[in-house]
Amino acid sequence: MLNVSLYRYNPETDEAPWMQDTQIDTAGKDLMVLDVLERLKATDPSLTFRRSCREGVCGSDGVNMNGKNGLACITPLSETVKNNKLVVRPLPGLPVVKDLVVDMSMFYAQYEKIQPYLINNTPAPGIERLQTPEEREKLDGLYECILCACCSTSCPSFWWNPDRFIGPAGLLQAYRFLADSRDTATEERLSRLDDPFSVFRCHGIQNCVSVCPKGLNPTRAIGHIRNMLLQRAT
Amino acid sequence: MGMVTSITNYGRSGLSDWMAQRVSGVVLLCYVVFLTFFMLTNPALTFNEWEALFQQNWMRTFSLLALLSMIVHAWVGLWSVTTDYITTRQLGAIGTPLRLFLQGVAALLAFYYLVWGIQILWGI
Repeated sequence: MLNVSLYRYNPETDEAPWMQDTQIDTAGKDLMVLDVLERLKATDPSLTFRRSCREGVCGSDGVNMNGKNGLACITPLSETVKNNKLVVRPLPGLPVVKDLVVDMSMFYAQYEKIQPYLINNTPAPGIERLQTPEEREKLDGLYECILCACCSTSCPSFWWNPDRFIGPAGLLQAYRFLADSRDTATEERLSRLDDPFSVFRCHGIQNCVSVCPKGLNPTRAIGHIRNMLLQRAT
Repeated sequence: MGMVTSITNYGRSGLSDWMAQRVSGVVLLCYVVFLTFFMLTNPALTFNEWEALFQQNWMRTFSLLALLSMIVHAWVGLWSVTTDYITTRQLGAIGTPLRLFLQGVAALLAFYYLVWGIQILWGI
């Protein structure tokens, strides 16, 4: 029997969040954390969490498992359980809507700020805007982000200033468009990032790198942005 | 959400703060390495030798540079700490007045140390 401790909070009935201790029979199988949550929900339908594709593509079920953020659907128990105990909490730093569901508004607001779309005001050619294989390669390790928020909500700088620090997820995407050979708004994008908070609240502790379920490296992308700012200003 | 603004950080832009922090850090590192080297190579250091070192103009200049670097370094660092933890988000309405008060204390202390440091360096 696996000991499971779940963060529960229903703002309509609970005065404060509480931890629900329960047990589940895994029959010796190395289940994914999402399977455990689904089984628990079968016995207690009030348990609330987000999930969709159940294969690490949609980014809906980002939660904190035994202290580390990750996607419940692709985190096997063998990877996270210690001393036969699984503790599941919502992603830290964001307001809790109910149980494991957090309000992602601040996260999306930061994403919106970096203008996550291609800006190019030159007339569109008859065919696609072409890139060389080398130019396309620069987007590898950037475009794969699924916006699960595991990185930004593991970042203390984002916890303290979620309204001013863009956070690792947003900055990874900021660099994705700065690095795109088809985007012509580089100067405008950089000038929007050169304040003491948006980029420079990153102190390089790499929590984002250690939790990213897609194996991406926001810290490196932030370093590239800093270098671009430096090149532009010196 | 518009551009993020700030009037209390060291150099107005995030990049200039970042640069100031790196440059001042390198100066402080050089100063510490030099003093450590000096003391290791003069194991039986006397007061007179120590005084002679600080009577040279280049040493006074180097020391003043290190002192200024420490002030800049401390300001950039403490500004980050206060704007992380002493905020309206963390503490409610008291956040902003308390942060400005603490930043004022830090600025006053830094200025006092600067004056005091100059008095010591050129008073030897």
